[in-house]
Amino acid sequence: MLLEVNGLCVNYGRIEAIRDISFTVDEGEIVTLIGANGAGKTTTMKTVSGLRPVRAGSIMFNGKDITHTPSHERPVLGISQSPEGRGCFVGMTVMENLEMGTYARPDRKTKAVKDDLARVFELFPRLKERSNQAAGSMSGGEQQMLAMGRALMAKPKLLLLDEPSMGLAPKLIQQIFDIVTEINSQGTTVLLVEQNAAQALKRSHRAYILETGEIVREGTGKELAADPAVKAAYLGGDV
Amino acid sequence: MQNLIDNFFSYTITGLTIGAVYALVALGYTLVYGVLRLINFAHSEVFMYGTFGALWVVMLLGGKPGGSVGQVIFWVVMMFVAAMAMSGLIAVILERVAYRPLRKRNAPPLIALISAIGASFVLAELMGLRSRVAGWVGLDDTLREYVRNSRNNAGLPSIISPQPIFSVGGYNVTNVDLIVIIGAIAIMVVLDQFVKRSRLGRGIRAVAMDPEAAALMGVNRDRVIQVTFLVGGVMAGAAAVFYMLKIGITRYDAGFILGVKAFTAAVLGGIGNLRGALLGGFILGLAENYGSAVVGSQWKDVVAFVLLVLILLVRPTGLLGESLGKARA
Ligand SMILES: Nc1ncnc2c1ncn2[C@@H]1O[C@H](COP(=O)(O)OP(=O)(O)OP(=O)(O)O)[C@@H](O)[C@H]1O
Ligand SMILES: [Mg+2]
Repeated sequence: MLLEVNGLCVNYGRIEAIRDISFTVDEGEIVTLIGANGAGKTTTMKTVSGLRPVRAGSIMFNGKDITHTPSHERPVLGISQSPEGRGCFVGMTVMENLEMGTYARPDRKTKAVKDDLARVFELFPRLKERSNQAAGSMSGGEQQMLAMGRALMAKPKLLLLDEPSMGLAPKLIQQIFDIVTEINSQGTTVLLVEQNAAQALKRSHRAYILETGEIVREGTGKELAADPAVKAAYLGGDV
Repeated sequence: MQNLIDNFFSYTITGLTIGAVYALVALGYTLVYGVLRLINFAHSEVFMYGTFGALWVVMLLGGKPGGSVGQVIFWVVMMFVAAMAMSGLIAVILERVAYRPLRKRNAPPLIALISAIGASFVLAELMGLRSRVAGWVGLDDTLREYVRNSRNNAGLPSIISPQPIFSVGGYNVTNVDLIVIIGAIAIMVVLDQFVKRSRLGRGIRAVAMDPEAAALMGVNRDRVIQVTFLVGGVMAGAAAVFYMLKIGITRYDAGFILGVKAFTAAVLGGIGNLRGALLGGFILGLAENYGSAVVGSQWKDVVAFVLLVLILLVRPTGLLGESLGKARA
């Protein structure tokens, strides 16, 4: 198991954002968390990347207990997150943002970084065209691509994507999902959070459904996409 | 007004030299504000310790008027080393003792500000009572030269006598003026490159823009904060050397007014913005000198603050008005 979350509880003050959730992500998988607004998806992602402290439970990554590892040490271990709402460094150029992605890499000064940059530019040609533009002046969709590209520059074992399609035009959404599939087929494990449940389920190996801070269902993407209850609650019926 | 017109270049050069000092100290306020959203009220004391570092090393090395060129260069270089080390060290200790423990306990910003004000008094009084501090550890005799008359002005031996180098509009620009202006600009360029190009400099910018995203990139925020204090302290140390070369005397409370002015400069330029701090420093230095030429030098500080308020009325976020985060440093 690459990621193993066990009995995780996270609070904001006295509010229990997630309660006793357990899930796993195996090497090579795309695993999706779906759930309504406020279900605790972002909180789960932030806890895996170390931005939120754990109240109870444990997180194992690559056989190592990282429950209390500080967030800035997790990229070195191979966890990289593209945060909800993008979180680009708006005052830096596109190129500087991508370089920030390599901040924690021990091999950041080697040619490997150049190869990864070429790969990111291949996935997102737009970023190459705009490499000297300030990130803050890019469109929402472009910033979304930048956030993903930046996360990829860390060369993660596990890529956390929190709503990568948020606010994008339908055509772009399609493209983003294609890229996620592509990244995965190149060997990166992906933990995905999506409102776009239909697409996400179609593309994932497995998925978990979160409801008010608890996991209420799990299954393969196909299973869940075909389930009438899931359809009614999350897929708007038209899949 | 006639006075200003007649002595325009004299006031300009003086304004630029004092402005350079404000600018370098302002950098420390703005850097720390950028990463912590905290006004490091004790930064003025970081500067003041630098002036004593500069003074003491000259005393230690036996600096006196009339040294050879080689000696003078050596003394000045050692002033920089000592003042930068002293201010940098004080700034780092300050962060460790007065701010980090509060941050770890998630104290609200107001608490940190109180801690800053307290640290400022403690540091100033430790310097103002240094003869007694030395007495506690039994060194008052050994250090007599350095600690006597703790509450009075301490003067730097005039190791460089101001010599006119060239003249603009009737004002003789001296070697000291040149050292201060050129030296300050050189240091600012180095800082600019550090923040723009070095890995830690980028870490500083990243934390200023978005601390969470910075953590996701593997930036160690505590390390960045420490480096920020260190860099701000080193800048204040450089400012202290220029100040001592230009003004020549210091005291345990020498940081106060200067600190307020430098903070003003930082706000004037847009707090959190590095280039804003530089611009604000020079504008403030020039304005208060021009102003004092027109309405009398006793009004200098009034001019400075009236200017601040006027500019902020028109541009509430300061002249360059963006944060260290947004600024493309
Ligand atoms: N900073 C915060 N302070 C207090 N409560 C918070 C905070 N962030 C999230 N919460 C609460 O925690 C719960 C889970 O929020 P979370 O952001 O994880 O939801 P989500 O599933 O990502 O929702 P969305 O689909 O809207 O992004 C919500 O009830 C939310 O109000
Ligand atoms: Mg969310």
